[in-house]
Formats: sequence, C-alpha cells, structure tokens
Amino acid sequence: MTLLTEKRAPRAHDESRKIRGKVHLREHLMGWLFVGPFGIVFLAFLIAPLGYALYLSLFQKKLIGGTSFVLFDNYVKAFTDPSFLSGAWFVIRFSLVSIPLQIVIALAMALILDAVTTLFARFSRLMIFLPYAIPTVIGAVMWGFLYSKGFGPLTDIFGLFGATAPDFLSSDLIFYGLLNVVTWQWAGYYMIILYAALQGVDPSLYEAARMDGAGRWQVATRIKIPLIAPALILILVFSLIGTLQFFNEPQILRFLAAGTIGSDFTPNMYAYQQAFSLANFNYGSAISFALGGIVFICVYAFLFFTRKRRSFL
Amino acid sequence: MTDRTSLRAGARRPQRHLPLQILLGFLVIYFLVPFWWVIVNSSKDAPGLFGGGNTLWFTDQIDYLGNLKQLFTYDGGIYLRWILNSTLYAIAGGIGATVLAVMAGYGFAKYRFAARRFSFAIVLGALMVPATALVIPTFILFSRLGLTNTVWAVILPSLLNPFGVYLMHVYARDAVPDELLDAARVDGAGEVRTFIQIALPLMRPAVVTVLLLSAVASWNNYFLPLAMLSDNRLFPVTVGLGLWQGIASANNAGTTSLWSLIILGSLVSVIPLVIAFFSLQRHWRGGLSVGGLR
Repeated sequence: MTLLTEKRAPRAHDESRKIRGKVHLREHLMGWLFVGPFGIVFLAFLIAPLGYALYLSLFQKKLIGGTSFVLFDNYVKAFTDPSFLSGAWFVIRFSLVSIPLQIVIALAMALILDAVTTLFARFSRLMIFLPYAIPTVIGAVMWGFLYSKGFGPLTDIFGLFGATAPDFLSSDLIFYGLLNVVTWQWAGYYMIILYAALQGVDPSLYEAARMDGAGRWQVATRIKIPLIAPALILILVFSLIGTLQFFNEPQILRFLAAGTIGSDFTPNMYAYQQAFSLANFNYGSAISFALGGIVFICVYAFLFFTRKRRSFL
Repeated sequence: MTDRTSLRAGARRPQRHLPLQILLGFLVIYFLVPFWWVIVNSSKDAPGLFGGGNTLWFTDQIDYLGNLKQLFTYDGGIYLRWILNSTLYAIAGGIGATVLAVMAGYGFAKYRFAARRFSFAIVLGALMVPATALVIPTFILFSRLGLTNTVWAVILPSLLNPFGVYLMHVYARDAVPDELLDAARVDGAGEVRTFIQIALPLMRPAVVTVLLLSAVASWNNYFLPLAMLSDNRLFPVTVGLGLWQGIASANNAGTTSLWSLIILGSLVSVIPLVIAFFSLQRHWRGGLSVGGLR
C-alpha cells in the first residue's frame, strides 16, 4: 500500500501542477478579490495613519518660525518628559498587577465552571460574563457611583462596623479603585474564552488521568491548564495591549476624582490632552507613537519568552 | 471494572460540589452589585438619591416612569438620539467589519495568491498596534478631508478588524474542507457562489462571533468618537453620558437632576447589548473557542 501511493504520488503531483498552471492567474485574482476590500481599509485606516503619525512626530510647530523638521526631538522630549514617563510607568505598573490578577481569577472561574455542571453554574457563567456587554465608560460610571461618598454604599457598610470607608477615588487608593473596575469588566470575558477552550478538550484525557490516580487538582494543573495554554497566551497579549492603552476608565473617573487623576495620568490621556486641548498634534503623535512602540516591545518580549508554548502567532 | 463504571456514571451525573457553588454565589454577587445599585437608584427622585438612606435599597417612592420620561425629554430628547447614533455605529461598523473580515479570512485560508504569507504576517502584526495610537493621526487625516464631525468619522475606522480576519482565517482553514470546494467547482459553481453557498454556512458560528465582537467594539467605543465628534447630536451614548458626567461633576449644586438621568441612562444603554448577548448565546459561543485553541 505504501509502495503504491509512493509510486502514484509524483504523477498526481504532476497533474495537479499542470492544472495549477492553468488556474494560477485565476487563483491570484480570486485571492486578491477576497482580501482586497479589507486590504483597502487596512491601508487607509492603519498603514496611512501610522505613517502619518510617524511623519508628524518628526516636526515641531513653534509660534515663531512655523513648522520645522526636528527629526527625533519630540521623542527625546517625550522620554525626558516627566508627564509621559510617569504615565508610562503607571500603565506598566498597573499591567504587572492587573493582568496576572485578572487571568488568575478568570482561570479559577473557568476551571470551577468546567467542573461544576449544575443549573446554577450555568446561570453564574452568564452573570460573570455580563460586564463584558457593558461599555467600559458605563462600567466606570457605575463604579464611580459606588465609590462616591454621596451615593455609594461603602460609607453605610463600613459605618456598620464603626469604621471609615476607604475612598477609592483618593490618590492613595485610585490604583485599587481602577484595578477593581478593570477586573470586574474583563475577568468574565477572559473566563468565557478559557471556558470555551476547556470545553474543547477531549474528556477521555481526564478519565485516563483519573485512572492513573490523579486527583481533581492534579487534573486541573497538569492537564487542563497546559492544554489551554494557547488561549491563556492569547488573552494575556490582548490584556497587555489593552492595559497599556488605558484611557476610558481614568478619563471618566477623572470627573469624580478631579484632584487625583490629572490630564497626564496615562500616556494616552496625555496624548489626547496634547492633541485636542493644546492642539499640539506633532507632540501628541510622537507620544502616541512612543506608546505604540512600548506596546510593541512589551508584546514581542512577552511572546518571545513564551515561544516554547507555541503561541497563537 | 467497577471503577470504570462508576467513573462513567460520574461523568454523566451533574457535578454538584457544594463549596465551589457557594464560592460561585459570592462571585455572582460581586459581578452583579453595580447593576443592582443602578437598578435601585434609577427608581429614585433627586431627594431620594441625595437624602442619605440606604443606597442599596429602594425608597418608598419608586418612580421609573417619571424618570424615564425625564430622561427621554431632557434637552429635546438628546438621549434617544445618542442611543440611535450608537445603534447606527454598531450596526454599520459591525456588519461592515464582519463582511470584510469574513471575505479576507476566507481568501487567506483558501487561495494561494501572490504575497499571501507576507500580507497575512502584516495583518497579524497589526494585532499589536494599539488602536488608540491611530486615533490622533486618523483625526488629522479626516480633518484634512473634511470628514471629522460626521458619522463617517466614526464608522469608517471601525471597519478595521484584524482580529476578525485572524479568527475567520483559522476557522475557514479548519472548518471548510478543500475537497468540498473543489467538488463545487467541478460541478460548475463559480468562486463567489462556492463561497456564499458552500463555505459561508460552514463558517456561521465564527461569523456570528465576529459580528458580535465588532458590533460590541463599535457600541463601546469612546476614544474615537470623543476625538472625532464635536456636535453632541452625533455622539454615541458612551460619549454623551461621559459629557453629562463631566457637567454634573463640574457644578454639583445646579444640576442635581442630571445625576439621576446619568444613572437611568446607564441602565437603559446597557439593555440592548445584554439582550443581544443572551439571545445569541448559542450562536457565538462555538466561535469563541477558535481564537484560543488550535
């Protein structure tokens, strides 16, 4: 049988090559026809703005003398600008805490929901996922109310025990206030992705492990988690990209915590302020581009270190 | 042998595990608290809201209808306009992005055309580009073209969904057999007809997932419309409520009624998406696993 196929293979290959030769041009054409429309949007709304941002970031506009080419001056300025640096440091610090926290919570919930199969578990799954359907802006508005001294329940709850409520909008605790909003918003979404991956695992693997004497905990850590590693890496990358661009939540909570969150709280907020409040588009673009660079480096560094796991890329 | 049968029975029986269920109960409470707060407090009038009292329970006066009427008539019914704008942006952006992503994903998966690998690598690289880094340059480009402060300024950039392309590519590659497409071609079906009648039905779960994800992304978008639009009659509901929040915080004394509008406005704005998610649950869940596992 092996011999037969081996003999036949070259001929079949030749024939298909002949046919291929004829349809070659057609296949190129059809391929580009399907990909083309997206390609146009891709060029217009990704490549062009990126190129333009790079171009803009190389110029400086001055009151006297107009716009001049300054090469990397804006970047030098950004990386020595305390506003940009403190914002960048904040989002990096925030990522280092919030991403592991969200992933651990999401993973724990996914494992529980994979193991417990009651009606209540199904209901919980939906409820935990619910915040994903809420715009981040609305989520921040809701938590802003819960945190506020006037409307929030914290004063009452802590009052019961004779304690003063923590003020999550104060500069000491805003980190945790934002951490809670972000976890609430995204943990359910990550849980659903991990849960879907767990559901795709062949259950006979668990049975085999159990027959070999593995307990629940061992099945979870030795079989389930390694098998869903690609999904874990995927959500890690997405949460990293999202967190470094942090904008919506602090921008909304700013209104309630005016003294705590300044206009340069995160790099994105700083770029927004430079571009739209101060009409300094050159510097704003440079900050955006510098932030994009930081995201790119962080993600690639991360993917490089997890390469052994066969990432999704 | 006995071990084996008991294992099988265990697999079929629902796994109860009480402590874990209690833990789930606490989690559910945590995730629902903000909703509960909003539902309770949108029933109150301004005195009820500011009068102290229990912030997690109703007052004697439950006045949803009165508050709703106020919400939809305030400032000439601007809130309804925001909701309609959000709907337009979500539907136009969602459908447009999905059509482009499905076609491109299928094209990348099923045709060996020139520069295919290279272009797909660039699309994957684009997953890393922070979307907000594009907002400022896109704004300047659009203002040159006179497109800022129009609905196009919000809809056109949301047509870009590289993740959708990646998802559709993976799904089309795995779920649409080449043999089936070849058979259709041998039967004389054209490429477009093969795509629509053979491939598209097989790709349905992923199509629904991408549609839902892009519609949600458009509905939730804040940074892009905030930058692009200055006429508040074009705002989506996210930017509109953000605007109210800013006004209400800026002058606390004069606009106490605005707070109750914001609370009810938040509640009303989340209802459409919650309904969409729950009613389409069956269709999109299958698609989500694709992105992670292969």
